[in-house]
Amino acid sequence: MERPPLIEAKDIYVGYKTYRGIMKVLNGVSFHINEGEKIGFIGEAGGGKTTLMKTILRILPPNATNVRGKVIYRGKLDLMSVSEKEMKRIRRRGLSMIFQDPTSALNPVFKVGEQLMDIIKYSRLEEGIKLSKKELREEALKLLEEVKLPDPQRVFDSYPFQLSGGMRQRVVIAMALVSARELLIADEPTTNLDVTIQDQILRLINEIVERRRLSVILISHALGAVRKMTNRTYVLYAGDIVETASSDELFSNPLHPYTRALIEAAPKLTGEGIGKGIPGRIPDYVNPPSGCRFHPRCEYATERCRKEKPPLVEVRKGHWVACWLYVKR
Amino acid sequence: MAQVNSKEPILRVDHLRKYFRVSLGIVRAVDDISFEVMPGETFGLIGESGSGKSTTGHVIVGMYAPTSGKIYYKGIDISVPAPKRPRHVRKEIQIVFQDPASSLNPSKTVFDIVALPIKLYKGIKKKEELENEVAKLLELVELPPEYYMYRYPRELGGGEKQAVAIARALATEPSFIVLDEPTSALDVSIQAKIINTLVNLQRKFNLSYLFITHDLGLARNFTTRLAIMYLGKIVEIGPTERVFENPLHPYTQMLLSAIPVLTEEEEKLKPRGIASRGEIGSPMNPPPGCRFNPRCPFADEVCRKIEPQLIEAEKNHWVACHLYIKRVQ
Amino acid sequence: MAKARSSVYVRRGFSRRYESLRRAWYYFKRSPLSLIGLAIVSITIFIALFAPYIAPHPESAGLYMNFEEAYQPPSWKHPFGTDAYGRDVFSRVLFGFRYSMMLAAVVLSLAAPPGIILGLIAGYYRGTWIDMVIMRFADIFIAVPPLVLALAITSVLTPNIFNAMMAVTLMWWPWYTRLMYNMVSSIRNEYYVIALELLGAKKSYIMFREILPNCLGPILTKLTLDVGWVILIGAALSFVGLGAQPPTPDLGTMVAEGGQYLPTYWWISVFPALAIAFIILGFNLLGDGIRDIFAATER
Repeated sequence: MERPPLIEAKDIYVGYKTYRGIMKVLNGVSFHINEGEKIGFIGEAGGGKTTLMKTILRILPPNATNVRGKVIYRGKLDLMSVSEKEMKRIRRRGLSMIFQDPTSALNPVFKVGEQLMDIIKYSRLEEGIKLSKKELREEALKLLEEVKLPDPQRVFDSYPFQLSGGMRQRVVIAMALVSARELLIADEPTTNLDVTIQDQILRLINEIVERRRLSVILISHALGAVRKMTNRTYVLYAGDIVETASSDELFSNPLHPYTRALIEAAPKLTGEGIGKGIPGRIPDYVNPPSGCRFHPRCEYATERCRKEKPPLVEVRKGHWVACWLYVKR
Repeated sequence: MAQVNSKEPILRVDHLRKYFRVSLGIVRAVDDISFEVMPGETFGLIGESGSGKSTTGHVIVGMYAPTSGKIYYKGIDISVPAPKRPRHVRKEIQIVFQDPASSLNPSKTVFDIVALPIKLYKGIKKKEELENEVAKLLELVELPPEYYMYRYPRELGGGEKQAVAIARALATEPSFIVLDEPTSALDVSIQAKIINTLVNLQRKFNLSYLFITHDLGLARNFTTRLAIMYLGKIVEIGPTERVFENPLHPYTQMLLSAIPVLTEEEEKLKPRGIASRGEIGSPMNPPPGCRFNPRCPFADEVCRKIEPQLIEAEKNHWVACHLYIKRVQ
Repeated sequence: MAKARSSVYVRRGFSRRYESLRRAWYYFKRSPLSLIGLAIVSITIFIALFAPYIAPHPESAGLYMNFEEAYQPPSWKHPFGTDAYGRDVFSRVLFGFRYSMMLAAVVLSLAAPPGIILGLIAGYYRGTWIDMVIMRFADIFIAVPPLVLALAITSVLTPNIFNAMMAVTLMWWPWYTRLMYNMVSSIRNEYYVIALELLGAKKSYIMFREILPNCLGPILTKLTLDVGWVILIGAALSFVGLGAQPPTPDLGTMVAEGGQYLPTYWWISVFPALAIAFIILGFNLLGDGIRDIFAATER
């Protein structure tokens, strides 16, 4: 018998209340991640990737509404229905997230070391362990070393503004590592970083998850990074999973018109041009398109696409697509 | 290339320096760079943040005067801020900025934004005539004027905002446009559309572009020649194809190797054995000798002491690195 | 031809104006306190406008005496009781709203425009001598404690409502300069402003037509919050006898006059005091609500 997936999300719906009505963002998303697996999510900004992650960690903003679906944790617990207290414990014990913007994740008025020690302190208190100031300090320094900050001692005593963007992101990773024992969610961890820094941060994350045997969810607009770092990739468009396959398969043989256009539009070093892009933009979630949500931007759209939402079907082993082009009559 | 060389450059930058005095010292943002842009070509200026690439663009459009050195537009000295330049030259040089959110006044409509330069430079005052002119420009950037004319920026997506910024830049009928990372905030799908629009406009009006970017992949697909900048210096300059096929400077190699790519063919283009490390230093006190020496795996005593000059390592392909200077001597 | 074509464009019509109002209302009404503030302010303005028509004893507003009715506790005839001269406190409080609102309107309409314009200019020319001169000048006024300055001015000149207003105005404008200065010195670095400068647009056009409209949100918020503060300071001046003089039905004066009859005839001073609190509370809550709108729409 196989072990159950670490997290299995089933049919997640999430909306946001706004002055114009309810934005129906997630539209029945299902995905799973096994223990020790690295998965990626790609798709344009505003497609619902961050909302999905916030849903499984149950940290949605207060205007979220109509939240439905199941998040099964290790095959037994539904994270959507456990108590707030229990959820907090699960997060502290194993699930952790690195957010997009390293600057806003750090409090500008406290030294890096103090912030790190605080997180460690409360995380350990949760487990009933009370650490002394000295032990906290040692543990914080160890984490700063683990993220390969040159001169951790100096960083420990620095304020966030005294660090470069790359160093700040390393500090944020160190903070996430305090409670990351099962799953690390990295939401655009390298946006706004220079390419040589991005490379170093990605390598660092890779090293850490290998060493700690963590599962990883990587969200990135850098398609190449997702290809390199993950085993499996999901393509999310306007709150729907439109395609998923092993990362090698997905990037070398994309099927969904959206995935294809996206990959084609990514500039290649070989200089073969950058495709024509995708017309229009992510739809208005208050009145999302009927049928396949991608149909207004799709060059292959037919009457059927406008009316019915295509199911996710397995076209090849492990390669699933939600597109009427691939549904056999 | 021979054919290009026979023409007069549209823009010539000659030993340009731009220093900024700040409370803690002097920032040497641009430190003695020279290059030429030919009519109808796209010249790339590539570098990480702090390399001085944007400052170079800003000096060229006249946001501020250079500290020293000269800029010539079609042989006319324009080394002064925009208000001091002759009117007919000023309208010739336009810029599209990096951040679409900051590029457009949130309290003005698309019409107001695009009509202003027409009022200023063509003396058209009548509303109907202005509307016609604006409509023509919006059509050029593929925004149907019927829909977009009286929209506010907040109603537009990032790509649409950037298209409006391009329309504004075109309004004075320029022949040279500085593109300061115009797509860095956009999804690849939208980026491809904007870049294609820019390419079409270039063909139509024989525009010359100075394309500033940190994205090597994009530069590969969009530029004819490029210069790689590091801490205010040009370290390598040459035809785009040559630089990618035969990257000479260790920094160029490091940049290339850091890019997460999508295909095996691209993987083959990436130089091996030069993993990215360290971070770009401060332009306030750049290291002595070659500015890249603290991060360079090949750095030796000479590199730490003597600043390398640009030498022509192959035809039209210049590099500032002691590795090649020694080889030539 | 040109005419025919222009009618094709989707214009900023009623529906889109209505749309932004709807958005504003949505963010405003999210907090019940803002709604309370709006209600209080509406009541205040209504009373201020129609005091002579709704006051049961409008003659009590002025030099009216009826000693037979003096010192009467609150009753159906006199909801807030009567004062030492037999005047109806309720009517006088209603007129007090009028004076308070007038004071606020005059002071803010005199103080805000020059403050805003100076701040706009200083912010736009940040780092130059223009900035230095304007901001140091504003600092001088800011450095003097507001009440002390007002006290000094009114005590040198004749203490009356006009001089009180002048005094309050004089110490109020620099705060608008400050507010504008901070906003404008960041807006002036936005790319759209730089683009206009590169195009060679007139400085006055850039400042007043491009930058100023983007500052209206915080200004409106501050104006609303300030109504309460101006009324408070006006009342304080009147209380110490340097503002409106008896028998003007000014709330501050009424509190001061009634103070000597405490605690026996408490209603003479307590009701005007509550009225001051009511107005200030209302404008503060409304101001917070307006701030919520702009904070939400800026995102």
